[in-house]
Amino acid sequence: MANDVTLTIDGTQLTVPAGTLIVDAAREIGIDIPVFCYHPKMEPVGMCRMCLVEVGRPVIDRTSGQPVVDDAGNPSLQFGPKLETACTTPVSQGMVVIGMSDKVKGARNDVLEFLLTSHPLDCPICDKGGECPLQNLTMGFGKGTSRFDFDDKKHNDKHVPLGDLIYLDRERCIQCGRCVRFQKDIADDPVIGFYQRGRNMEIITNSEPGFDSIFSGNTSDICPVGALTTADFRFGARPWELKSATSICNHCPVGCNLTYNTRREAKSGGKIVIKRAMPRQNEAVNEIWLCDKGRFGYHFTESAERLLTPLIRQDGELVPSSWEDAIDLAAWKLRPHGLNFVALANGRLSNEDLYTLKELSDNLHGNACLYSSMAGGDLAAQVGFTSPDGLSKIGKGTTILVAAADLHEEAPIWWLQVKNAVKRGAKLIVLNARATRLDKFAAAIIRYRYGREADSILSLIKGAENAGESGRMIAEADDLLVIYGSDGLGLSGSKQVSSACAELLVKSGKLGRPGTGLLAVWQHANDQGAWDIGFRPVEDMGKVIAAADGIYIAGADPAGDNPVYAAALKAARFIIVQEQFLTATAELADIVFPVQTIIERDGTYTNGMRRVQRFMPVLEKPSGPRPDYLVTAQVRQRVVHSNLESVSASQGFMIMAAHLKDYQGLTYAKLMETIPQHPIMGRSDLYYGGTAYDNRQGLGVQLSNAAARHEQLRLVEADTMENELPDLEHMEELLAVPVRVLYDSGTITKSSRLLEKRIHTPFICLHPKTAEQKEMASGDRVMIQVNKTDYLVTVKLDDSVPTLHVLVPNSLGIPMEKPILVKVHR
Amino acid sequence: MSKYLLLRHLEVPDLHNIKVYVKHGGFAGLKKAVTRLQPAQVIEEVKASGLRGRGGAGFPTGLKWSFLPNNLWPHYVVANADESEPGTFKDRELLERNPFQFLEGLAIASFAVKAHDAYVYLRGEFWQQAVFLDNCIVEMQKAGYLGDKLFGTPYSLRIHTHLGAGAYICGEETALLESIEGKIGQPRLRPPFPAVEGLYSKPTVINNVETLANLPFIIENGASKFCEYGTVKSPGVKIFSLSGRVNKPGNYELPLGATFRELIFGLGGGIPNGHKIKAIMQAGASSSIILADDKALDTPMDYESVAALGAQLGSASVIVIDDSVSLDWLINKTVHFFKHESCGKCTPCREGTYWMSHLTEKVLQKDRSAEDVQLLNTVARQMQNKCLCALGEFSIMAVMTAIERFPEDFTVTNGR
Amino acid sequence: MNQTAIKYAREIEALFAKYPEEHRQSAVMPLLHLVHQDNSFISKHAINDIAEIVGISTTEVASVVGFYTLYHDHPEGKYRFQICTDLSCALQGADEFLRALCAALEIDPGGTTKDGLITVEEVMCLAACDKGPLFQVQGKDGISYHERQTVESAMQTVQELREQEKHE
Ligand SMILES: Cc1cc2nc3c(=O)[nH]c(=O)nc-3n(C[C@H](O)[C@H](O)[C@H](O)COP(=O)(O)O)c2cc1C
Ligand code: SF4
Ligand code: FES
Repeated sequence: MANDVTLTIDGTQLTVPAGTLIVDAAREIGIDIPVFCYHPKMEPVGMCRMCLVEVGRPVIDRTSGQPVVDDAGNPSLQFGPKLETACTTPVSQGMVVIGMSDKVKGARNDVLEFLLTSHPLDCPICDKGGECPLQNLTMGFGKGTSRFDFDDKKHNDKHVPLGDLIYLDRERCIQCGRCVRFQKDIADDPVIGFYQRGRNMEIITNSEPGFDSIFSGNTSDICPVGALTTADFRFGARPWELKSATSICNHCPVGCNLTYNTRREAKSGGKIVIKRAMPRQNEAVNEIWLCDKGRFGYHFTESAERLLTPLIRQDGELVPSSWEDAIDLAAWKLRPHGLNFVALANGRLSNEDLYTLKELSDNLHGNACLYSSMAGGDLAAQVGFTSPDGLSKIGKGTTILVAAADLHEEAPIWWLQVKNAVKRGAKLIVLNARATRLDKFAAAIIRYRYGREADSILSLIKGAENAGESGRMIAEADDLLVIYGSDGLGLSGSKQVSSACAELLVKSGKLGRPGTGLLAVWQHANDQGAWDIGFRPVEDMGKVIAAADGIYIAGADPAGDNPVYAAALKAARFIIVQEQFLTATAELADIVFPVQTIIERDGTYTNGMRRVQRFMPVLEKPSGPRPDYLVTAQVRQRVVHSNLESVSASQGFMIMAAHLKDYQGLTYAKLMETIPQHPIMGRSDLYYGGTAYDNRQGLGVQLSNAAARHEQLRLVEADTMENELPDLEHMEELLAVPVRVLYDSGTITKSSRLLEKRIHTPFICLHPKTAEQKEMASGDRVMIQVNKTDYLVTVKLDDSVPTLHVLVPNSLGIPMEKPILVKVHR
Repeated sequence: MSKYLLLRHLEVPDLHNIKVYVKHGGFAGLKKAVTRLQPAQVIEEVKASGLRGRGGAGFPTGLKWSFLPNNLWPHYVVANADESEPGTFKDRELLERNPFQFLEGLAIASFAVKAHDAYVYLRGEFWQQAVFLDNCIVEMQKAGYLGDKLFGTPYSLRIHTHLGAGAYICGEETALLESIEGKIGQPRLRPPFPAVEGLYSKPTVINNVETLANLPFIIENGASKFCEYGTVKSPGVKIFSLSGRVNKPGNYELPLGATFRELIFGLGGGIPNGHKIKAIMQAGASSSIILADDKALDTPMDYESVAALGAQLGSASVIVIDDSVSLDWLINKTVHFFKHESCGKCTPCREGTYWMSHLTEKVLQKDRSAEDVQLLNTVARQMQNKCLCALGEFSIMAVMTAIERFPEDFTVTNGR
Repeated sequence: MNQTAIKYAREIEALFAKYPEEHRQSAVMPLLHLVHQDNSFISKHAINDIAEIVGISTTEVASVVGFYTLYHDHPEGKYRFQICTDLSCALQGADEFLRALCAALEIDPGGTTKDGLITVEEVMCLAACDKGPLFQVQGKDGISYHERQTVESAMQTVQELREQEKHE
């Protein structure tokens, strides 16, 4: 290709794209040029000076412009007087790089010796020991002795908490700046920085709370020494004692690839426990990053409050029962013909679980409901975004529209990737009624009034009256990625928004290209899978519940979320619940089946992008709980006398794949395939890019869709684009709109020891003027009245919230599935 | 013709008064450039003059200007008034006593590269000079030498001052730019060079105060007139900051190519208290130390001849060392300086200067060993050619040359 | 409440005019100078205020304060006597001058006088190498040079400052 460059590194010729840096080129042929400050995901800075190599360039004749050749016909080379940093030098045609000469080895020796003059000798107690580039390089190049007088060593503070998640050891820091640059350039949270200069230079944070970033954990991966460690893992174990298990984060629709490190521990009664969560490289999903919720939010698995045996209701009380009896009872209750059956599940369940439950529901001619107030999951099968690289390579040529979403809170890794796509040249349009953290990167910001979301999206269509600058950015792009969320919406609003987004995509004329499509920001990890399987949200959940003769609830806790649903459940005739904990809903049930967490079993999720990914058992199965799919299958077997009692997740998956068009041909084996990923991170050797794990357990499979297959699309236009919101009739009422926050008080976050402090106390956001009217100030504790119930909340002010509106975060204890009128009072 | 090109205030009292400056031909160069020349012609004239940067590196000024791409805007010009090299105090004198000539030069440079905003970066200690310069800028504005539509042409120019806050490294041009941008003063990676991506990532020219002060003369009188001073390869005059063990320290303007002897024994009045000259540091603390024998004293002070002595002219801050000074003491001072000023960005400089400072302390002790001296020399060499910017490379010059050229100051004797 | 923004509203406006609109971070150093001049150090509060004014993180401002030696983030003497003991000055007896002045003030280098008025610091070259021994005074009038000093002349400056302090 015209843009390729051929060069020679240590005698091996190779061809790489122009612009590749020497270090990265070398890794393509298995040559490790040692680095500390360089990180393949960040701009080079050339400060540690570890990567020095000899670089020769062909001599070009000034007059002819041709390379000069020597007598033997070989091109003459010119080597500079100094070594050059391989991490900052791009390759060029005919370049010769020598990374093995004595001169180069000597230089590495020299730089290492300099670094070690300030480094403590505490490898035996350092968390990084065993996976430390400095340690490994010292073994590889170091002199073995130091000529630096040990007494001259500078001693610095060793256990500096930078916040409640990350600790700093100032002595170990080698001032490579990776953490500072990550926080500034990748996370856009410059909350750590250098303080002082020269040998006194140290890392500080000045934020309140310390190291205030939802991405902070990543710095401990990319720190090339043991300077930054997590509160979670520090002094917890040695890396070589740990086993690795493959998993998928289930906190949000991104579906970050994880590796859990586990160990059998005496202090945990000889049980295997998780010691830490580490990112597993998947360039199509999370690259090598994790947000802190995903990294630190796994402690729920250790909860002592887990349900272990089935419970059945006898004389008004839930009492333990055997599995046999409970399953028989459930089957018996579901037997009558003409039963009004409702299956209610959420996207915390795996595909296998959901498919089995859907089968049961179909057998009973029931209603398979998705516990969610977001619409449009069916559109993904038509016009979903199908790029094989996910968001990681998007750049010039793509316009991204983010509508009614607060990505930073709802899907942090997508936020990070969208913002980095902008850095690579993508154009971003942010459309929301209020300000979000993505605004800063937007080429255009469109504000609408709550209720006018769809209108506002449709006005971007080419030819539309007010399409304006944003319309032009959409029309002129090669690819259009439309991301929509549920910010401020209920189900009906969400229907309009998703249809409007689909219409915009269709009218853009760009569909059929993998980089063009729709992406929904679901609340749960597998909401998209649930849609694919046929679960649908319902408009009036309370009514549906109350009317049910038999309701089978898995993964959801309607009674806990909303008193209206709790009342409805009390009206339902018979309730079966599959749960990990005795939730408010379980407490109302007639039968409760204890189930395993995803960490104890295997299964698959379909992430928001419709990439199907596999997770595997991490911990030993507790005795008692069974996987959801198994429980449902056993009930179903007795109900419909099917002869197959689904016994394994893989079988369940195969049955599902056989029946769902887009999943056809998929097997667990396929999901486990991998291809080489770029940039090469190299955990196993020099921890080149940090301690993110290589992905040998599968990259998952991106589903295709109708648009990708160039099939006729079947889209239903939204009926009306005006989302009728309740009118503000009374002076004292405000229009409350629901929003999501990352650190909510869902069961998963709540039980994480480390994130506890970050969980928000219930709050509401008001425009300063609205607050003034109500004589409230920032920080006041006030009441918000929803459906006649008062909830205590803290007032926050935000001048981007429209006046007479109040933002109410979901999952902080205030029921709020759609915009409603509320009273806010003292 | 005046005796001075730069230190004209020595002849003209109150030259820092704009009226006096104008009366003595001030702003004629600027007026000529803006009203009668094209920017490209100004660049050509400066190229022809052979003017080389007076900040230390000696890079041809006109050539540097010609690197600015004409498809990226705006362009900026930054005057480097950080003046922090130990032994250097020439820019300060210009700022205090002949400020308008410098500002006029800055305006000419800005016109040449079509910049409409120029910044003067002063070291933080030049607080009062900055206040004074701000006044001078206001006066120039009032008199129509700055602002919109200069001399009735479409060209407009504003000059702003920006104070540093105590960091030698901010004299390094890319660290300086970081500092103006409100960041810590750590040098940037090059390329891209400031000429392409400088201040606010825009094409930028950075020149030393003294370099800029030459421009009014060159533009007013033409390159050939300027070339009558100095040598063929190093044309023009230079301000030599003379300090150390010398009778009459101070700034002296001489044509490039004048000898060390003329400066030190002629103008400088020789060595006090009957001592003999021992060594010369001609580029401040960054010098390779010159053994002050007759050959050296008769060497012309120009870029090429000084290089032939195994040294570099640098900022031409001549520190005179007499025979009562031992060089082990001296390099302890310079290393201490560099350790204090190392920005900490790159490993060899951050760790090397720290290590060397421990070693120079040891070498100063009575019971030093030959190994201490040798290790010091090794560590210096170990830093060489590996640093990110020149500060690290400067820090070893005095150490290596002192040990090499003055071995008797580093011998190990009992009870020395 | 951003006290700094209120107090320096006029200066801030002038500073913002100096730099391109999207590069307000450039105003960080001048703002730090203003605060330092008035308070003889920069409090954490002021750091937070300045971060808000120019729109960067407070850590980034703290980083700047830490890097440059003319900024101090903890209170010491109201006036800082910064004596150059670098090479040229040392060749003119600056080290001895430092010791003698400290003795006269009954402090160690780096220390602060009992009345909290004066801190004596050793600094690197001040670009006045022909006029040593010398020091600069950093205080509420900014920074001023005192060249060709003797202990007597320096003590006279101290005396003047003490007098001035009494009258305030
Ligand atoms: C560590 C270091 C300190 C420097 N200090 C100064 C300085 O104080 N003043 C100056 O004009 N140039 C200084 N320079 C040189 C500048 O980087 C730059 O070359 C110069 O300002 C260019 O202007 P000129 O071409 O007019 O000399 C320094 C360079 C380095 C590496
Ligand atoms: S803490 Fe780690 S990543 Fe940050 S500068 Fe120090 S060594 Fe580098
Ligand atoms: S300088 Fe190249 S890896 Fe640090």
